[in-house]
Amino acid sequence: MVISLFKAAFLAFVWVLFLPELSHAASVNKKLDVSGKVALQFRGFTQDALWSNQNSSDTEYSFAGELEVRWSSHDGNQQVSFIPFVRWDENDKKRSHYDLREAYWSYKSDDVKLLLGVNKVFWGVTESAHLVDIINQTDLVENTDQEDKLGQPMANLAFQKDWGLLNFYLLPYFRERSFSGEEGRFRTQIPANFDDAKYESGSKRRHLDFAFRYSHYFGEVDLGLHYFKGTSRDPRLENSFDNLNIFLKYDQIEQIGLDLQYTKDAWLWKLEALVRDGYDKSIFATVAGLEYTFYQIFEGVSDIGVLIEYQYDNRPAYEAVTTADNDMFIGTRWTSNNMQDGSVLAGVIVDKKTSETFYNIEAKTRFKENIVLELEVRLTTQSGLDEPSYAYSQDDYVQLQINRFF
Amino acid sequence: MNLVKNRVVGIHPIFYMTILLVAQWISSSALAENMQQKGFDIAARSDRSDRGFSDSEVKMTMVLQNAAGKKATRTLRLKTLEIPNESVGDKSLILFSTPKDIEGTALLSHAKMLESDDQWLYLPALKRVKRISSKNKSGPFVGSEFAFEDFTASELNKFKYEYLRQESCGVLICDVVERAPLYENSGYTKQIVWVDSIEYQLRVIEFYDRKGSLLKELRLKDYRLYKNKYWRPHLLTMKNLQTKKNSDLVYGEYKFKVGLSNSDFLKGRLSSLR
Repeated sequence: MVISLFKAAFLAFVWVLFLPELSHAASVNKKLDVSGKVALQFRGFTQDALWSNQNSSDTEYSFAGELEVRWSSHDGNQQVSFIPFVRWDENDKKRSHYDLREAYWSYKSDDVKLLLGVNKVFWGVTESAHLVDIINQTDLVENTDQEDKLGQPMANLAFQKDWGLLNFYLLPYFRERSFSGEEGRFRTQIPANFDDAKYESGSKRRHLDFAFRYSHYFGEVDLGLHYFKGTSRDPRLENSFDNLNIFLKYDQIEQIGLDLQYTKDAWLWKLEALVRDGYDKSIFATVAGLEYTFYQIFEGVSDIGVLIEYQYDNRPAYEAVTTADNDMFIGTRWTSNNMQDGSVLAGVIVDKKTSETFYNIEAKTRFKENIVLELEVRLTTQSGLDEPSYAYSQDDYVQLQINRFF
Repeated sequence: MNLVKNRVVGIHPIFYMTILLVAQWISSSALAENMQQKGFDIAARSDRSDRGFSDSEVKMTMVLQNAAGKKATRTLRLKTLEIPNESVGDKSLILFSTPKDIEGTALLSHAKMLESDDQWLYLPALKRVKRISSKNKSGPFVGSEFAFEDFTASELNKFKYEYLRQESCGVLICDVVERAPLYENSGYTKQIVWVDSIEYQLRVIEFYDRKGSLLKELRLKDYRLYKNKYWRPHLLTMKNLQTKKNSDLVYGEYKFKVGLSNSDFLKGRLSSLR
């Protein structure tokens, strides 16, 4: 039954893909703007699943859809955004999920802006990890690269001054991280018990978190400083007394952090750093590196960039898991700069102690006006049995995605 | 007498030659200076005809065409804030509407005169504001034959000038001026511009690449007058003579003095543009 429904959905997708343009009219300046995308995703795993009860198929199809409804008042002072997202996965019930990426109302007047509702916020400068980006919870089941985020309910007050942007956030409701289900790839041996996460705070997910950020630029230097107090977005894994279950535990933390970029000619020098107090001792973590771009290579129009970053984190093993503890990232970014806006980002992250190596390729190109093709390849080698990423070591994959924007 | 005469004659050619050479050098350098001044004056007259527009907003459609005739379009909106001080560049904000996959992408530029501009890119999918290197001002702008500098770097003090000649350009008479970029990271060694002698507007620009060869030709057409003072072209046709690709930039109706101020061009505004 599920399969035939899936086939029906597939046919519907193909139909949508080749749907003629409704209107070529530019939507700029429209007070109500409706857009969105549908995507068909295919993943091919290169190895058999590691754990029992994981789906034995080496392929996985899924669909995703996102609708964007934006409204702004005639004077532009009020804005409303509504962005629901849904994914339907063939194999993993937990990966079939929906979320409100955005659902807010905002009002601005001169240099003050108030936003109420669900929103997504990004902080940071580095490429191989997004260390200081703490407001939104990771939608891990979407992609292990941690760049997909769940919508965060908030009251956000912003002051734009000549000397910088001040943002205050009250976060009244906590979003738990999404994880694969028992049938899915990318999980620990015992699937974590999502439905019963533990909290340090008695108010659990209703704990009121607070965040503050200052950001501005001084000549060639862009600076961001932040403070966060509330529920950690990174869960610790705790075994139950009988060791038959793994629980997710969300601690209370307090954190200060910095992101810095120095831009000079074709050089970007980047630094993110934070100090976090929480479960036990203070944690210090940093990602630092550079990006250099060669423009218009070989007398053509495309660019090639070289990226190097070092990731450091001194947290002990009993803290929330991180793989970015002592790792080098080396990567390259190619952009075609032609009609198709093609790009390739290829990189490798090597753990300096264990030699565990993670390869990542992301490529995309526009095909026709509203269709974008994406390729993603992720491979891990040399995962030691005692490494946290060992659980994913059989989950190397090649992913093809076709996106239809409308 | 003879001696004197002989002596005078003997000295005279050298003396005369020296005088002649000095005079020639003075007059030719004066002429060169003259030509530079004349070139600058023509550019200044053109630039100053645009003074006081304060701020403007316009929608644009860019039509890209490759050598095989395949087309692609981008639609965008450009907001500009005039900075009256001639030693500082204007501020601009470009917002993309199509292709749909880059809808909401924004590029904020604070132009400088001779140093590199400050530029930030807003990527809506990640909601990320990214400071970018402005060294790339000579590269293709969103895959087109326009470089970023082609439609932002027309400010007076960004070039040094040399007057070439006057000739007819269509129904008009144009002054032809050579200008060489003084700012960092330009992709051009020189540009030849045709400025008409009635409205003082740019009609044609030829771009010479880093090797000094003719690379592109831009024709600025469909000039319309706003507020009885400001001329704006509504069709820019850029031909790449080396690759045979071309790009058209079609402007909609300009809106002037829409109430934009410095605070609309701050980095912190990028994440809440829509």
